[in-house]
Amino acid sequence: MRKKLLNGPYLAWMLIFAILPLFIVVWYALTAEIGGERSFSAGSLARVFEPIYLRVLWRSLKLAAVSTLLCFFFGYPVALILTSRQFKRRTILVVLIVLPMWMNFLARTYAWLTLLEKNGVINSVLSFLHLPALSILYTDAAVVLGMVYNFLPFMILPIYSVLYKIDHSLIEAAEDLGATPLVTFRRVIFPQSLAGALSGVIMVFMPAMTTFVIPRLLGGGQYTLIGNLIEQQFLTTYDWGFGSALSLFLMALLLVTGALLMRSRGDGEGGLW
Amino acid sequence: MKKNQVCQRSGVFRALLLAALLAAALLPLSACGGGNTETVIVYNWGDYIDQSVLRDFEREYGIHVIYEEFDTNESMYAKIKAGGTAYDVAIPSDYMIKRMIDEDGLIKINMDNIPNYVHIEDRFKNLSYDPLNEYSVPFFWGTVGILFNKTMVDEPVDSWEILWDKKYAKEIFMLDSQRDSIGITLKLLGYSLNSDDADELEAAKAKLIEQMPLVQAYVGDEVKDKMIAGEGAMAVVWSGDALNMMLENEDLDFALPREGTNIWTDAMVIPTTSRNPEAAEKFINYMCETEIAARNCDYINYSTPHREVLAALPEELKEDIRFYPGENDLAMSEYFEDLSAMLPVYDRIWTEVKAVYE
Repeated sequence: MRKKLLNGPYLAWMLIFAILPLFIVVWYALTAEIGGERSFSAGSLARVFEPIYLRVLWRSLKLAAVSTLLCFFFGYPVALILTSRQFKRRTILVVLIVLPMWMNFLARTYAWLTLLEKNGVINSVLSFLHLPALSILYTDAAVVLGMVYNFLPFMILPIYSVLYKIDHSLIEAAEDLGATPLVTFRRVIFPQSLAGALSGVIMVFMPAMTTFVIPRLLGGGQYTLIGNLIEQQFLTTYDWGFGSALSLFLMALLLVTGALLMRSRGDGEGGLW
Repeated sequence: MKKNQVCQRSGVFRALLLAALLAAALLPLSACGGGNTETVIVYNWGDYIDQSVLRDFEREYGIHVIYEEFDTNESMYAKIKAGGTAYDVAIPSDYMIKRMIDEDGLIKINMDNIPNYVHIEDRFKNLSYDPLNEYSVPFFWGTVGILFNKTMVDEPVDSWEILWDKKYAKEIFMLDSQRDSIGITLKLLGYSLNSDDADELEAAKAKLIEQMPLVQAYVGDEVKDKMIAGEGAMAVVWSGDALNMMLENEDLDFALPREGTNIWTDAMVIPTTSRNPEAAEKFINYMCETEIAARNCDYINYSTPHREVLAALPEELKEDIRFYPGENDLAMSEYFEDLSAMLPVYDRIWTEVKAVYE
């Protein structure tokens, strides 16, 4: 009973700020304004599947997937280093990973504009060293860089938290039984870290899929990603129906992907889901 | 008791907190009561006022100013329309004012309370967006043109066509704005920038797709840093921004293309969200006081519609047809009209232009 009472504020919060808005999104996605009144219509949802919007979606998927993979390949080793016994400066490194997140996301992304531009900081250093200039600003590479940079901590931290909890005696046992470090990693450490890796993948993939600031600033607004398209519907075109339909489709897509990932893992415990 | 504390004049944080509380609780402003706790909520473009003017207004009238900024007409409209904050004064552009009038989103201004309205030049009165001058008081005006770097462009710049010149591939910045970018393309093709003709719009779309590979980026306010730093040869910018950038980097110059362009007016209006229209009128009138308008003009460098302020400007500036074009210089130029019904078509064009890029 007391537990229920303690749940109250959280439930109310979720109801008002998550469930209710969700229903509003569904409502707008499934209705259209006809003669001043909103009535049921599948028009907005059908529009989502027009080739041009599918292309936008495909492009967003590709960039988000690449960013997530890169985050995984950079993030996993960092998490491993963090948990290794020989590593004494763990707290400092964790703080260093978390610290940038205290600064405004927009300001950090803006900083990359100055770093990457033609006569920017990085190119000044490169030309001083007589190295060829780097020109990746306003390309896919810059967008992926922005995503990896911004979302990397979301990959490292969940992996770190599960690796940290692995019973060290298991690793010692593997070593005693003659497993090489690689085999120990592959058969003992990695399988036990899957839950964290999965949380990391989901936590990076979702914001990467929906961000509109990074492609706008670092991609130079050269192409529309799904996040930009949704923003455009709400702030420029005022087509809340289509904007909601796009959001709904995106949510469904992420849910299905998440569910598939969970199934492939085979159990329901741990992680964020 | 608590309420009074919150309503006392104080810093920005308090002001924001107050705004949030007001929005959340939907408290009528009068609940605060008292002379010096009266509030006016102003919604303006980013970096578009000399902020010291706001403090002077507070001192003179004892009305607390809560000041918020927006970056596009469209986002301003969406925010006001969504409700939540009781904006008393907003400063949108012409076509958006028209739209808000048409949707009963604005309160008529009692011009008896705006004696300084006499200072506004006649050419900025009775414009099509507010033909009877009932809803709006002009704040600043300007045009859209091409800012270019003289060290990179040595031919004369007098046509939009130069933005399609392959010589300048990846040296061009376009505005990340559907209306503006499609508008200047229509102008280049010899059409009205208010076109709702399917063929004309299709032609503009093809032209924009053709230009896409030459464009370094579609930008917003960050174009200022880019052009000052010499990151591009040309950019489509608003006239006032152009002057500001030219003051920062003397290699930059500005031109109005001969095909004509968009002329616009930003004007002060009172949205129906206002809970204190009297304070809003005081604020609007104050902005039109010669000394105050002059300070704003000096700070933001856009073109002033204020007769006295204009008269006091240096000779070389007020006769510079790049920044103070006469009516003859603008014969080919047009104001934007409200194209609400066409928004989905414009949106579609813009999405297609950007989705083409691979």
